[in-house]
Amino acid sequence: MLPLVLEEVSFAVNGRLIIDRVSMEIGAGPRTVILGPNGAGKSVLMRLCHGLLAPTSGSIVWRGAVNGRTRQAMVFQRPVMLRRSALANIAYGLKLAGISPRERALRARDVLEAVGLADIAGRPARVLSGGEQQRVALARAWALGPEVLFLDEPTANLDPGASRDIETLIGQIRAGGTKIVMTTHNLGQAKRLGDEILFLNQGRLVERTPVGQFFTKPASAEAEAFIRGELPWN
Amino acid sequence: MGEILTALGEAGRLIVGAEAALVEIVLLSLRVSLTAVLIACVFGLPLGAAIAVGRFWGRRPLIVIVNALMGLPPVVVGLFVYLMLSRAGPLGQFGILFTPGAMVIAQTILILPIVAALSRQVIEDAWQEYREQLRSLGAGPMTSALTLLWDTRFSLVTIVLAGFGRAAAEVGAVIIVGGNIDGVTRVMTTAIALETSKGDLPLALGLGIVLITLILTLNAAAYWVKEEAQRRYG
Repeated sequence: MLPLVLEEVSFAVNGRLIIDRVSMEIGAGPRTVILGPNGAGKSVLMRLCHGLLAPTSGSIVWRGAVNGRTRQAMVFQRPVMLRRSALANIAYGLKLAGISPRERALRARDVLEAVGLADIAGRPARVLSGGEQQRVALARAWALGPEVLFLDEPTANLDPGASRDIETLIGQIRAGGTKIVMTTHNLGQAKRLGDEILFLNQGRLVERTPVGQFFTKPASAEAEAFIRGELPWN
Repeated sequence: MGEILTALGEAGRLIVGAEAALVEIVLLSLRVSLTAVLIACVFGLPLGAAIAVGRFWGRRPLIVIVNALMGLPPVVVGLFVYLMLSRAGPLGQFGILFTPGAMVIAQTILILPIVAALSRQVIEDAWQEYREQLRSLGAGPMTSALTLLWDTRFSLVTIVLAGFGRAAAEVGAVIIVGGNIDGVTRVMTTAIALETSKGDLPLALGLGIVLITLILTLNAAAYWVKEEAQRRYG
């Protein structure tokens, strides 16, 4: 279904522009990291891409084959665990994707094992630790076999150890051929996980630069100021 | 004071000896109120979920109305059902006035708004947390509502018991549509009202004790279920 093409996409709430005429094309391949200060519209842009929000104006089109809802998945900053076992959480996503019961059970087990949680498959998901819950959330998305995976600050609420686990998993998912699009606050993480940076400021797409260049020679003054302002804390 | 103590002792004897007159009344009470709760839940829980998840014209007024109906005065409900079921009323042909069936109808009307309004609140709170995740996984309104009903099941238990408490404790509606006929429509509350006015304090007190014990036990059970579920399932 890739590439995903945005043309002059704007999104406003009560007349206030959150996303301001963004045009871009997201293709298969490079890992895309969306950076920007708080309130730049990173999460909103991602929700527009995923289809959770509809643009106020402009168009968002999957240019590739049929527009399949299940061929893309999203993981949120705070994992939402259903009140059932970890395994059942994953099976739930597969059920909504129209997978047969037998196939669901097999796939859910496989993917839980892949994220290293096979031993807690039967535990109620909501009593797992934050890191484990986020891994279950990743597994739930991964099990769908998405062509694109959107990640909205997936490690923002986690300690360094749990964040590393998540980063490793994202690497594994990427190795399986899934396109990664993520937002992060953590510039170190952006360097580690990104191939290209989309820099957003006040709802506008300011620049799109390969990661190495972004941190040494950003194209825009805004990005330069952002990196200078952020670095001391990262 | 002595008279009250004698009556209390007598009441204790009626309960311990499971006196037939008392047992019959208690059982009919349970039958009527449990049936009413069951029917109210069959309609009230899906209604609550639908209002919580749905976005339709007139939703806000509907919420206000359902909330307001929680405070329906039982005697007014009794009067309304009486008029409907009386010989001259639109449903008079069924001849169910002064039967347990009429009492079930009255109590159902009384507690349906309670079940619907309280479950709407609980489910809407959960919906706030789940909405994006469920939509991301491709759940439509129907699937979302069912998922939320299941995921809030432990909170809903408390609501169902609140409904039962209200049904079992009210006297105004059942005395009008039931008529407090000995052996046919005499339930705990109507019997207490009658026996007290007749001066038969032991039976009234005995039934009062049973009623309060029942309500206390149910609420303790509801509390325990919720606590335990919270601990085990999060």
